[in-house]
Amino acid sequence: MSLEAMLVVAAVLFCIGLYGALARRNFIAVLMSIELMFNGVNLTLVAMGRWLAPYTVQEQLSAVLTGQVFAVFVITVAAAEIALGLGIVFALYRTNESVDLTDAATLRH
Amino acid sequence: MLTEALVWVIFLAPVASFLLTGLVIRPLGSSYARLAGYATIGALGLGFVLSLWLLGSAAGTTTYDFAPHLWLSLAPGATIEMGLLLDPLTNVMLVVVTGVSLMVQIYSLGYMEGDESFARYYSYMSLFSASMIGLVLAANVVQMYVFWELVGLSSYLLIGFWHNRPSAAAAAKKAFIITRIGDVGFLLAIIYLFFQADDFALHGLNALHIPDIWEAAIPIAAGGAGIVAGGALLWLCLGLFAGAAGKSGQFPLHTWLPDAMEGPTPVSALIHAATMVAAGVFLVGRFFPVFSESEGAMMVVALIGAFTAVFAATMGLAANDIKRVMAYSTVSQLGYMMAALGIGAYNAALFHLFTHAFFKALLFLGAGSVNHAAGTFNIMYMGGLRKAMPWTYWLTVIGALSLVGIFPLAGFWSKDEILLEAWLGKGPVPASISLLVFVMLLVGVLLTAFYTYRMVHLTFHGEFRGGGEQELHDVEEAGQPAPVGVDHHVHLGESPWVMVVPMGLLGFCAIIAGWVANPIGVSSLFGVIPSHWLTDYFASGLHDGHHTPPFSILMAAISNVVALAGIGLAALVYAWPRPFTGLDPMLKAGPVHILLSQRYYLDHLYEGLIVGRIFYQIIVAVTDWIDRNVVDGMVGLVGWISRNIGGLIALAQNGQTQVYPLVAAAGGVVIIALYLILG
Repeated sequence: MSLEAMLVVAAVLFCIGLYGALARRNFIAVLMSIELMFNGVNLTLVAMGRWLAPYTVQEQLSAVLTGQVFAVFVITVAAAEIALGLGIVFALYRTNESVDLTDAATLRH
Repeated sequence: MLTEALVWVIFLAPVASFLLTGLVIRPLGSSYARLAGYATIGALGLGFVLSLWLLGSAAGTTTYDFAPHLWLSLAPGATIEMGLLLDPLTNVMLVVVTGVSLMVQIYSLGYMEGDESFARYYSYMSLFSASMIGLVLAANVVQMYVFWELVGLSSYLLIGFWHNRPSAAAAAKKAFIITRIGDVGFLLAIIYLFFQADDFALHGLNALHIPDIWEAAIPIAAGGAGIVAGGALLWLCLGLFAGAAGKSGQFPLHTWLPDAMEGPTPVSALIHAATMVAAGVFLVGRFFPVFSESEGAMMVVALIGAFTAVFAATMGLAANDIKRVMAYSTVSQLGYMMAALGIGAYNAALFHLFTHAFFKALLFLGAGSVNHAAGTFNIMYMGGLRKAMPWTYWLTVIGALSLVGIFPLAGFWSKDEILLEAWLGKGPVPASISLLVFVMLLVGVLLTAFYTYRMVHLTFHGEFRGGGEQELHDVEEAGQPAPVGVDHHVHLGESPWVMVVPMGLLGFCAIIAGWVANPIGVSSLFGVIPSHWLTDYFASGLHDGHHTPPFSILMAAISNVVALAGIGLAALVYAWPRPFTGLDPMLKAGPVHILLSQRYYLDHLYEGLIVGRIFYQIIVAVTDWIDRNVVDGMVGLVGWISRNIGGLIALAQNGQTQVYPLVAAAGGVVIIALYLILG
C-alpha cells in the first residue's frame, strides 16, 4: 500500500472531522467529529513513521516506532480531552437544558 | 577710545537696573522704593556719560567697527548676530535717548512720589530705555526686531501702568495692537530678506546684517551688489515703512498715540521724545540707503509724512486735553521727519528728530507740572497759571516756540532745513512731489502755531478757571461719569525742584540744540563748531554723503512769518479783542469742530466698523461656522469611524463557539493556498 493512499485517507478523515466540528450543532457530535480529526492525524503519523524509516534500519526497533509512539500519545491526550469535553456537555446541559452549541453563546449565565 | 565692553555697558546698565529694581528692590516694599529711582537714574547717567564719550570720540578721528558676535548660523548668507552698528545715526541717537531718558527719570522722582507702584514704574522705565538703546545699537535685523518688540512691550506696560483704570488698560491694548499691525510689515520684510540669503551668500554678504542690506540695495552700476531691485525693493521698503508708521504714529496707524496719554505723564514724554515714536523714524533712517534706491517708496514716505503733518495738526486745533494737543503735535512733527526722509533730506530729518526730542520732552514735562498744580489735563479748566508757576510757564513757552519754529530756538533750525530741502527739491522724488510736500508742511507750520498758542494761552494766561475741582463739579452737574486723572487736589504753586531742574536742562537744550549743528553754515561757530557740523556728521554715515544746502535767509523769513501769522491768528481768536470766557470760539465752526474733535471719526471707523462689524460680525462668524462645522466635524468623524469599526469587529466576536475554529480553519486554508501559489 502506497504512502499517498494512506495520506489521502488521512486527509479525507481529517476533513470530514473538520466539517462535522464546524457544521454540527450538537456538542456530542462535535466531540465525535474532533475524534475523527485526531484519527486522521494519527493515521498520518503512523504512515509517515513507516515511510520515513529506511529498510536498512528497520532492525533497530526504536527508529521505526517514532510515529507510532506519537500516535499513542495523541490517543491518550484525546481520551483526556473527551473526558473533559463530556464534563462540559454535562455542565452545559444542566444550565441550558440543551446540548446545542448555538445556545452556548454567553460566558456566564 | 572706547572698548567694545564699554559700549555694551550703555545698554547693559539699564538692563541691570531693570533686573535690580524689578527683582530685588520691588519685593522689598515701598519703604525702599526710592532706591529704584536712584538705580535707574544712576544706570542712565552712566549710559549718558559713555554715549557722550562715544559721540565725542567717534565724531573726531576714531572709527568704531566691532566684529559682531555669532548667535545662530541659519544658512550661508543668513546669520543672526549680536553686533554694534556705531554709525553717526546711532551715536547721536544714543546721546538723545540716554539724555532725555535721564531727565525724565529725575523728573519722575517728583512726579511719581507717593505712587504705590513706584518701584514697578522704575523697573518698566529701565526696560523701556534699555530696549530703545538696544534697538539703536543693533547691527542685525533680527537683533533689531527683538528690541523693536521690546520697545512695544514696555510701552504697553507703561501706558497701562495704572492698570486698574479701564481706560488705561484699553489704551495700552490699543497701542500694542495697532503698532503690531505695522510690525507685520517689518516682519515680512525680514522674512523676505531671509529668503534672499542665497543671493547674498554669492556676494559674500549676510542677508540679516544691516550694512550688507544697504549694499544689496545699491545697483551694481553704483558699486553695490544690486541683489534687491525693482518691485521687490519697493515692497521691502513698504514693509519696513509699515513698521515705522505703526511705531511713529503715521496715518492711518496714528490713532493709538493720543490714547497713549493714559500713562503717567513722564512716560508720555519718553514715548513722544526719545523712545517709542522715535523708533519709527530711526528705522526709516537706518534703512535710508535702501529707501533712497526706490523712488516709489520715497514718494509714499514723503506723501504719508506730509499728509500726517497736516492731518494731525488739524486734530490738535480742537483737542481740549493738554496732553492730547501735544500728542497730535508729536504725530504732526513725526510727519515732518518722515516727509523729510521721503524727499531725501536725510540729515534734516534726523536733525529734526534730535531737536524735537528736547523740546517735546520739555513740553510734556511742563504738562505734567501743570497737572501737578491744577489737578486736571483739560485746558478749559486751567488759565492764569503763569503767576502761580513762573518757571513752568517760561520753560513751556520756550518749548512751545521751539515747536512752532521761531528763530532762534532749536525747532526753527531743523524745521527750516526740512522746508528748504523740500523747496529745492533735489531729492530722489520728482520736483512736483517735493513742492507739494513743501506746501503741506508750510500749512502745517501755520496750524502748529495756531494750536500751540491756543494751548499755551488757555493754560497759562487769563484767569484761573477752577482746575480739577471745577471740572468734577461740572461733570457731576451734567450727570456724566468723572473723567479719569482728574482730582480735587488743586494747589496752585510751582512744582518741586526735582521736577523743575530737568525741565530747565531740557529748556536749555531746546535753545541750544539747534546751534550745536551750526545751521547757519558759517565756517566756525563760537570757534568750535564747524559749518553744518551735525547734519554733515549724519550724512557722513551714507555712501553718497548728502550735503546740507546753504542757509537761506528767505526761507527762514517765510517760515517765521507763517509761524507768527499762526500765532497772531490764534491771538485774534482767543486773546484779543475779546478775551477767552470759558467757551471755546472753535465751537462756532460747528460741524468742522465736531469732525475735528471726533478725530475724523477714524476711531469709530476702526473700532465700530472694522472691528465691530467686519471683524466680529463677518470674519468671526465665518471662522465660528468653520470651527463648528469643519473642525468639529472632523473630530466627530474620527469618533464616528472608531465607533463603527468597533461595531464591525464586534460582528465577528458574537460568542458562537464554532465561528472561532471556522476563522482559524479559513486562515489555515489561506496559508496553505499561499504556500502552494507562491511556492
